[in-house]
Amino acid sequence: MMRHFRIYFRKLFVVFRNEILVLPSRVVVLLFFLLLLLLPLFAGDPYLLRILTLTSIFAILAASWDLLSGFTGQMNFGHALFFGVGAYTAALVNLHLHIPPWGSIPIGAVGAVLAGLVIGIPCLRLRGTYLALTTLAFPIILMGIIFALSDFTGGEKGISGHASLAGSRVGDYYVAVVAMLGLCTIMWKITDSNTGIILHAIREDELAVRASGINTTRYKLLAFCLSGFFAGVSGGLYAHFMRMAGPSTLDVSMSFQIVIWSMFGGVMTIYGPVGAVFIIVPLLEFFRFWQELRMLMFAGVVLLILLYMPDGLFRWLRDKIEKTCPRCKLRNIATRHTCRVCNAPLD
Amino acid sequence: MELILDIVVSSIISGSIYALLAIGFSLVFGVARIVNIAHTAFYMVAAYCIYYVTRKTGCHPGWAMIAAVALVTLLGMLCYQLFVKPIREKEGAVLIATIALAMAMQEAMVIQFTGTYLTMPALVKGYFAVLGVKIFYQQLLTFCAALVILFLLWALLMKTRLGSAIRSTAQDREVANLMGINEARVALWTVGISVGLAALTGAIVVPLTVLDPHMWMHPLIMMMAVVVLGGLGSLKGSFIAAFILGFVESLVVFLIPMGSYLKNSAALTVMIVVLLIRPEGLFGISFEEER
Repeated sequence: MMRHFRIYFRKLFVVFRNEILVLPSRVVVLLFFLLLLLLPLFAGDPYLLRILTLTSIFAILAASWDLLSGFTGQMNFGHALFFGVGAYTAALVNLHLHIPPWGSIPIGAVGAVLAGLVIGIPCLRLRGTYLALTTLAFPIILMGIIFALSDFTGGEKGISGHASLAGSRVGDYYVAVVAMLGLCTIMWKITDSNTGIILHAIREDELAVRASGINTTRYKLLAFCLSGFFAGVSGGLYAHFMRMAGPSTLDVSMSFQIVIWSMFGGVMTIYGPVGAVFIIVPLLEFFRFWQELRMLMFAGVVLLILLYMPDGLFRWLRDKIEKTCPRCKLRNIATRHTCRVCNAPLD
Repeated sequence: MELILDIVVSSIISGSIYALLAIGFSLVFGVARIVNIAHTAFYMVAAYCIYYVTRKTGCHPGWAMIAAVALVTLLGMLCYQLFVKPIREKEGAVLIATIALAMAMQEAMVIQFTGTYLTMPALVKGYFAVLGVKIFYQQLLTFCAALVILFLLWALLMKTRLGSAIRSTAQDREVANLMGINEARVALWTVGISVGLAALTGAIVVPLTVLDPHMWMHPLIMMMAVVVLGGLGSLKGSFIAAFILGFVESLVVFLIPMGSYLKNSAALTVMIVVLLIRPEGLFGISFEEER
């Protein structure tokens, strides 16, 4: 028993040393996980925790956009729909049926999946710009309905009075951060799986995928539902954390915000959007004292970054510190001259 | 009867505004493949520009309009050269560049004019009555101006060398390039024309509307719906779809209680229903698959 444990432990250590420590990007991800999980132990500032909780919730949202629009190439300009449906469903279920947050958030996510089906089916025949401009319409339609049914949905003021996420600041923080780390890892695993490869192939060349006998319609719907699920979870977390589900969750600027986060970090990466949210949201909070100028500065910074790194910030950074081996396509740290596996010279 | 006339008047006004915006958006999409989210932001900037010039110099609003259109067109071409052209090959980057531009313009206007609502006096005062419905001369003027602008645009596109260069670049960029058309210059000119159209729309709308820094959102949504409904790249489609959506919008506002909340929803639902039947829009030419 003890020996088994030791062998297992040693294997883990070898994997750790040979797979994680060799690449700076993986070390950074590891440090990011550790930092987020240990932060409340030495920084108890409630304001900081509040910002990071919000940031984690938005990170799930940005990553879920990347899953649909980055990997599958289905440009979604109305991603706020999933967020808003998740938030409203969770809040309403909690308020009227008295289901606690751990139940209402998944129900909200299921609601968002249904929304994904509803918008996915008409959008299956559209592509590219048509799809982007059509998806923009759905959250606006829902917003009109919410305003019209203000007795039930609270209209402009939104819904409030439902339960909070975990009761304490630190509890909220851990729920959001653990959910973010877990869900983003799941999303990353999905993009790495067989399904993910098919989704990626649909982005590259849908006709070729269909020609290889794959039902692309089904996979595109799957992408809409998966993305809707994750965005719905983030919407539910948001509703319970803010104790408010208002029409701002469905706003056009919300949808645009998601697109900016993801493109800024670099699409088709999952880590890109997450990283971008962790840079942009706290920084914008930090510059709150410059209320008038901060959005203008933000827009300027986005424009400048795009000029120099059109593929996104994190892609650019990763290409600076790592090189791909020309022979075996494995990634290596930029300081190496030969590949760490096949010894082929790197240039 | 009065109700019907009211609906017709308001749908004609909003329809002609959407048509102008959508045609400008369509043009630049067709030629340069740019989804210009900032299109209606230029319209907002033009409106503020007119307000500012008339307030500061006290000159006739007509001169202010000419100055504003020229300034905003220059601003648009400058933004294109500086921020969009270097990254034109990256579709996603262009997209957020235009979103960021729109945000920057909105914030600049918030800083300069604060978020309060501002109004401009009408260019021509007074009204006449048709069957008991007041029609302001200003509304008539706006409509006529829109028609004149559309006619001039049509003449430009159909009768001049630049127009045929624009149309051929929209049809096939590579072949147009091979035929000796300077594609980059045509794209720049098209951006200029498109932003100029947005500025003109702002100019003719300014006496009828309330200025606030968020006034670009609603036209943006409607413009995109018009473009999708009419078919991307089809100017005739945009023209007809603009009036259809303008009509739906006014119909909902006048006939349904809580209509002003539901006007966007109704217009966009019409768009989606049409798309379900015809995925390429009413008059869309399905572009050759770009692989």
